[in-house]
Order: sequence, then structure tokens, then C-alpha cells
Amino acid sequence: MARIELQNITKRYGGTRALKDLSLTVEDGEFFVLLGRTGAGKTTTLRVVAGLEKPDEGRVFIGDSDVTSWTAAERDVALVLQQYSLYPRLTVRGNLEFPLRPKVRNMNEDEIRRRVDRAAKTLQITHLLDRKVERLSGGEMQRVSIGRAIVRDPRVFLMDEPLSALDAKLREALRVELKKLHQDLGATFLFVTHDQVEAMSMGDKIGVLRSGRLVQVGTPSEIYERPHNTFVARSVGTPPMNLIEGRLDGESARLGSFVLPVSSPANSEQKVTFGVRPENIVIQSGAPAEARVFDIEDQGVIKILALDMGDTRLHATVPAGTHVNRDEVVRFGWKPERVLSFDPETGRNLAL
Amino acid sequence: MTDVMTRLEPGSRAASRGFSDLTIRNLFIIPTIAFLIIFNVFPLLYSLWTSFTDFRASTTAPANWVGLANYRELLNDPFIWRNFTITAKYVLISVTGQVVVGFGLAMLLNRQIPFKGLITTLLLLPMMLSMAVVGLFWKLLYDPSFGIINYFLGLGKFEWLADPQVALYAVALVDIWMWSPFVMLLSLAGLSAVPKHLYEAAEIDRAGPFYTFFRITLPLVAPILMIAIIFRTMEAFKTFDHAYILSSQPTTELIAIRLYKMAFLEWQTGLSSAFAYIVLIMVVAITNIYVKYLNKAKAR
Repeated sequence: MARIELQNITKRYGGTRALKDLSLTVEDGEFFVLLGRTGAGKTTTLRVVAGLEKPDEGRVFIGDSDVTSWTAAERDVALVLQQYSLYPRLTVRGNLEFPLRPKVRNMNEDEIRRRVDRAAKTLQITHLLDRKVERLSGGEMQRVSIGRAIVRDPRVFLMDEPLSALDAKLREALRVELKKLHQDLGATFLFVTHDQVEAMSMGDKIGVLRSGRLVQVGTPSEIYERPHNTFVARSVGTPPMNLIEGRLDGESARLGSFVLPVSSPANSEQKVTFGVRPENIVIQSGAPAEARVFDIEDQGVIKILALDMGDTRLHATVPAGTHVNRDEVVRFGWKPERVLSFDPETGRNLAL
Repeated sequence: MTDVMTRLEPGSRAASRGFSDLTIRNLFIIPTIAFLIIFNVFPLLYSLWTSFTDFRASTTAPANWVGLANYRELLNDPFIWRNFTITAKYVLISVTGQVVVGFGLAMLLNRQIPFKGLITTLLLLPMMLSMAVVGLFWKLLYDPSFGIINYFLGLGKFEWLADPQVALYAVALVDIWMWSPFVMLLSLAGLSAVPKHLYEAAEIDRAGPFYTFFRITLPLVAPILMIAIIFRTMEAFKTFDHAYILSSQPTTELIAIRLYKMAFLEWQTGLSSAFAYIVLIMVVAITNIYVKYLNKAKAR
């Protein structure tokens, strides 16, 4: 097992810098999720760790060794890709054996068989072992590709959006299985995704990437409760955090003509962007603010309301029993202790 | 589906002129059918008929039905079998050479190198030339007294084309030179279709270059390589132009050359038709074997 450390990594493709001075540590045995949009540099980071790309600047450590100049083969990491990358024309067994066969490993037949059978059992693909990989479903293929990673007992698992090509139900099932696999193996996982639900539900830690820079690293609840800036705030949560332009004046927030309480008073009056999660907006008669109901999305347990407060569109999640109608004017407030304030220019969280 | 595809736009010119869908379809198909019948189907059937007669195109004498006599004569002729042996040897050397050279070139070109496009184009040049022209200038290259090949290899007055032992190899070498680019082109298409992430996965899995080649590259390129082999075998089987120009040795008398002599020098039209049919059956048989392998390679 091993920790992964990236020190000041810069990677350029032609004129564009995919990674800018990126530093990152994944502790031994940690499930670390890199969250970011397309082009944020998630996959590049992963490929730098795997050794498929050489960084232009910076160093890569796996365990105690500086592996910057090592090839992918020497680093002994396992990589699971979105496209499965199964070896064609081989059976499932052939694919699982593939990483154990190379001469450098010098592994005997019994050991190979034992490891393949164990991996197949873990992933519940024993009945597929003699099938050609062309005849598998997407979920089965991804299991095989994960199996190919675990037969090797690698120090580090790297996963590049392994679940995003699967349908929703399967994705949820494999999410749980991967999490369990991580607990059983106790290995270090570096998992890349653009799906915030995946990141929140799987990661011990989440790193939010934006255009080649790491914006914030923290546990899922840290990322959710205390985002460093508005970008992170909007990256997690469905619907995302409401951002409302207003003024902070002593112990109250002024949103247009409405005045709402806040729990973090300011000494002087200043322009701020207030951030409040949809579940922290309360619909209540006699509440200080007013908005028109634009849309109602009934999700069974909760209802998601889209509210128009002047020109600002807000989202609120309310219990399903709440009775509201479209175009109705409702009164709402917020939970003052859950309101964040951001710098309207830089987007920085003012409390940090 | 077909209904939708063959229906004309109601307001179009063709519709307003009163062409029905069927007429339009026929306008496209009939010329092709007519061409095929006149130039392919009729000669095929006519030569099948002449193969059962003693017809000679050089005389006005009427053709007499001789039944299977032509076929019997040919199959009992030891010289004909010698032609077949020579051809088989030629096909084997030439196609093997083309696959080795062509696939090797494709492997070399299938990476990031400077001037890749230019190099590829230059390598493709031989196959764009006329076969007869190729035969003529290789005859000069092979020339024992002033040929550039002997000059560079320092072989003195080595007889490439007059030596009965060497001549067939010399002819096959020209074919390899000319048609390796064809195999290269198809292999290159096959190689570039192998997903890059498979190689990356193999690298991560610590597979060596040979292991990767035999487990990933070759199985994936095999079907398209097989198509190249089918094409080249059929073509090599009927090689005539450059072989005829290069050498007149009995050891280089391929079936196509024998056939040509039989038909147009000896004017044994009926006999040569029968010969052509025997060759046709053989080519079809060999191709079928290949196609079976191809389907197997695809199914795997």
C-alpha cells in the first residue's frame, strides 16, 4: 500500500496548460475523488500518476519513491478506464490473467488460477470466466476491467470515470461495490469523476479541480458545508447552492427590499454574495422575504421549488406535504446559521 | 423504409415530368446491367461453350463439339502441371514477401514521425504505376552488363533473368516491390483502428512488446490483413504483364503466360477457354478457403 503525492505538477499540451502547479496528497488507504468538469485536468492528473504522461514540471511520489522518471509498467499501479479497455478476442479469464502473465512477474500457474478465481468471486463474475469479452454487457465488462486491476494486488488503484458509461441503476450498484472493495482491499484509490453525487457518496476526500488547479480539498461534508468559493459551492449539491447578491449590514442581510437575519455579523456595510443551500430555505407565512413560485418538481419525499425573487431565481427543497401552487406568491426565510457569504468580486468565502 | 426512400419529392422536376419511381430506378440500373451482360456475362458463357469445342479464332472453320476432350487433354498434360507448380511457388513467394514487407512498413509508419504523409505517399508510388512499365524498367535494372542492381551489389555480370534458377525470384521481387505498398496501406488502416487505450492498459499491465504485439495488435489487424492477402493472392495468380516482359524462361512460365500463348500464339481457342475455366475454379476455391478463415477471424 502506498500514499500518492504530487508536487507542483505542471503539464502542457502544445500551448495550453492542462495542469498548473498542482500539488496533491492521497494518504495510504484513502479513497480520494477528483471532481471537475470536462477539461478541468482530472484525467491528465490520473495519467501523470499512472506514468502514461510525463509532467513538464514537478515530481510524483508513490510510497516513499520518487517515481517521476519511472514508466507506467515500473510504477505498478492499476488503472480502470471508462472505455473498459478489455483485450479483444480473449475470454474473461484470459483478460484477468493478462496482467499476471508477463515474464517479469514470474508467477506460477497455481497462483495465477488462485488469484483469478478470487477476483472473479469478489466481483461475482465466476460464471462469465469462459465467455468472450465481446459477449458481455456494459456492467459485466466494467466488472472484468476492475477484476483485471485487483488480480495484481497493486499498491494504488486509479480509476478514470469507470462508472459513467453505465446506466443509472447499475452505476449505483457498482458504486456500492467499489466502496466495499476499497474497504476490503484497504488500498489507495484515486478516483476521477465529473459526477458530484459519485464524489460525495464515495470519497473519503474530494479534490475539486478547475482548469488545472486544485480549488479545494476536503471531506465531502467540508466541501458541502464550507466551500472555499462560489465555484466549489455550485459544484456539489442538487439543486446547487443559491447565490444571491445583496448587502451585509450589521446583523442583517439586505436582498433588494427584504431584510433577513444572519448569524455572522459584519462591522461595516458591504456588498456580498449570499450562499444558501436549497434545504436551508424555509417557506413560512410571515417570513421576511417574498417570491413567486415558478415551478414545482415533486420528487416524492421532497418538492423542489423554483422561486423568482425579483430577477433572482432560487431553489428551495421543502417537505412533500407543503401545499403550494404555481404562480402563487409565498413568504420565505432562511436558516441564518447556514448562510454563507462570499466576496462578490473574487467569489472567496468571507468566513475563511 | 424502401417506400420512403424511393418516393420522389412531390414538387421536384422529375416528378413533374412524369417519371415514376420505377422509371428513375431503371434509368440507373439498366445501363449497368447492360454493360455487365455485354462485357462480363456473355464472354463468360461464350467461353464456357468454346471450352467444349475445337474452335480456333484464327480460322473460319466451324467449331465442333468435343465434349470434355479439352479438359481431359489439359489435366493429363505434364507441362500444364509444371505451369501450375511454378505459379504456386510464385504466389507463395510474392504474397509472403508483400505481407512481410508491407506489414513491417505499416508498423514503422504507425507512429509519430516527421514527414509521415510525404513518406507514405512516396511509398505508395510503385503501386500506381503501370505493370508493363514496371516490367520494362526493372528489365533495365536487372540488366547483367549495365543494370544498376549488379553495379550496386557488385555482382559483376550476374544473370538475374536468364538464370533459370533465379529468374522466378527476380520476377517475384518486382511484384513484391510493386504491391507491398498495397498491403501496407490496408495494414496501416487496421493498425490505426486499434484503440490506443488498449496499448496503455497493456503497458500498465506490464506486458512486453512481443506479448502486446501477438495478443493485441495481430488479432485486431488479422481480418483486414486477411483481406489484403486475398486480394494479392488472386492478383498474383493471374500475373502476366511484368512476368512476360521480364523473362521468357520456361521456369518463369506462369499459367497466365501459358494461357496467353495457347490462346493468341497457338490459336487454340477452345483448349485455352477450358484452361481459363480450370484456373477460374482454382482461384475461386482458394478464395473460399481464405474467406472462411476471414469469417472465423471476425467471429472470434
